Amino acid sequence: MAAPLYQIPGQQAPSPDQRQAPSPGAPADAPAAAANGTGERTVAEVLAKSQAGEGLDELERDLVGLAPVKSRIRDIAALLVIDKLRMNLGLQAHAPSLHMSFTGNPGTGKTTVAMRMAEILRGLGFVRKGHLVAVTRDDLVGQYIGHTAPKTKEVLEKAMGGVLFIDEAYYLYRPENERDYGQEAIEILLQVMESRRDDLVVILAGYKDRMDAFFRSNPGMSSRIAHHLDFPDYPTGDLLRIADKMLEQQNYRFGPGARTAFAEYLVRRIPQPHFANARSVRNALDRARLRQASRLFADQDRVFAADDLSTIAESDIRASRVFEIAAAHLRTEGV
Amino acid sequence: MMTNPVGRITQGQFSYLPDLSDAEISLQIEYGLSKGHAWSVEYTDDPHPRNTYWEMFGLPMFDFEDAAGIMMELQNCRKAFPRHYIRLMAFDSTRGVESIVMSFIVNRPKDEPGFGLTRQEAHGRTIRYTVHSYATDRP
Repeated sequence: MAAPLYQIPGQQAPSPDQRQAPSPGAPADAPAAAANGTGERTVAEVLAKSQAGEGLDELERDLVGLAPVKSRIRDIAALLVIDKLRMNLGLQAHAPSLHMSFTGNPGTGKTTVAMRMAEILRGLGFVRKGHLVAVTRDDLVGQYIGHTAPKTKEVLEKAMGGVLFIDEAYYLYRPENERDYGQEAIEILLQVMESRRDDLVVILAGYKDRMDAFFRSNPGMSSRIAHHLDFPDYPTGDLLRIADKMLEQQNYRFGPGARTAFAEYLVRRIPQPHFANARSVRNALDRARLRQASRLFADQDRVFAADDLSTIAESDIRASRVFEIAAAHLRTEGV
Repeated sequence: MMTNPVGRITQGQFSYLPDLSDAEISLQIEYGLSKGHAWSVEYTDDPHPRNTYWEMFGLPMFDFEDAAGIMMELQNCRKAFPRHYIRLMAFDSTRGVESIVMSFIVNRPKDEPGFGLTRQEAHGRTIRYTVHSYATDRP
């Protein structure tokens, strides 16, 4: 009869079954189960259990070219899988440092790969949520004294459990202004990159030469990044295949002769200034679509079939300014 | 009548349970996040039941995906106010709800002085009662 009606908090350790009493939706033993693993023994089992294999296949299928980047990502994924196997057998597997830097010219797919990276890492269970927080200098660096630290911290906290993608990371450091607040952001970043290694993965991206200068002036940053991936420029063949993919996604296709014309266009466009690889291809295709639209618009009384509406004709591409410039160039050189 | 023999503040969820460990707190946060709630950290030195609005420690944390970020903010608050009451609150922004849906204390002072009953003699022989929290006597 002496059983109390209520338990006095903190008086005695609750019996194990009371501890198990579920608080709303939170299974208390979830982390324990995750830590012990469920005993996968082979690479195939790990890949089957996670969606990482799928992510890798997608990467292979959807992204044209980029052979060195793909092989590096496969290496990283392999390490993560093997680490998982080691963990299941009770071998020491300390969380690898996964911070990365992506360097390469504009339009070489840095952001796209970062997005995929988040999915792959989540599939393998090395980040918990696998969301991507993409930021630039503006989101990290404040405008007055004392503004930077809270701003950077908030971004970092938001990215916890996912991937923090810092685009144009070299802007963080401005050597010409020694009172620039960027340095403060870098210091906080470094500290969190080191102490919260298993909570978030930081990916820095930017153009090769400027990123090199950035790392030279911040050696601490460089040494905390385990993987430096260099994104090469696409050769013309890859750009053409990218164009095919883009058109296919938008339900367009090249008409007769148009693909050859586009190849010629690319050959002339690449040496010109401000060429941004895949991004330039997309812009060129967008302009071709504009021309196609106005060509069809002129035919006010014609009934269009789906085929007419989805075909980019050779003339749509030949009308580009790039051909004129090239022709003018040839003319002046010929004379 | 309910009595509270150990003099612990019982406000919000889980307040009759032993203090939640950090792992349990992050599981609760995770649950709130999975429902799309935005967490915020608040602290106060006055646990009076009518003291509804505690001091905000930073802004409510919208767009967070993972409990680690909120735990980091909580640790900062604990470091800044080790002897205060700290609570976590989850805000549900669903149209029509738009209010706090979870709230629990995650930090309390080592000894909680509790409350006293103050009597005031009013006109006639009327007595007026006020609950006074001892915690506010020694700021």
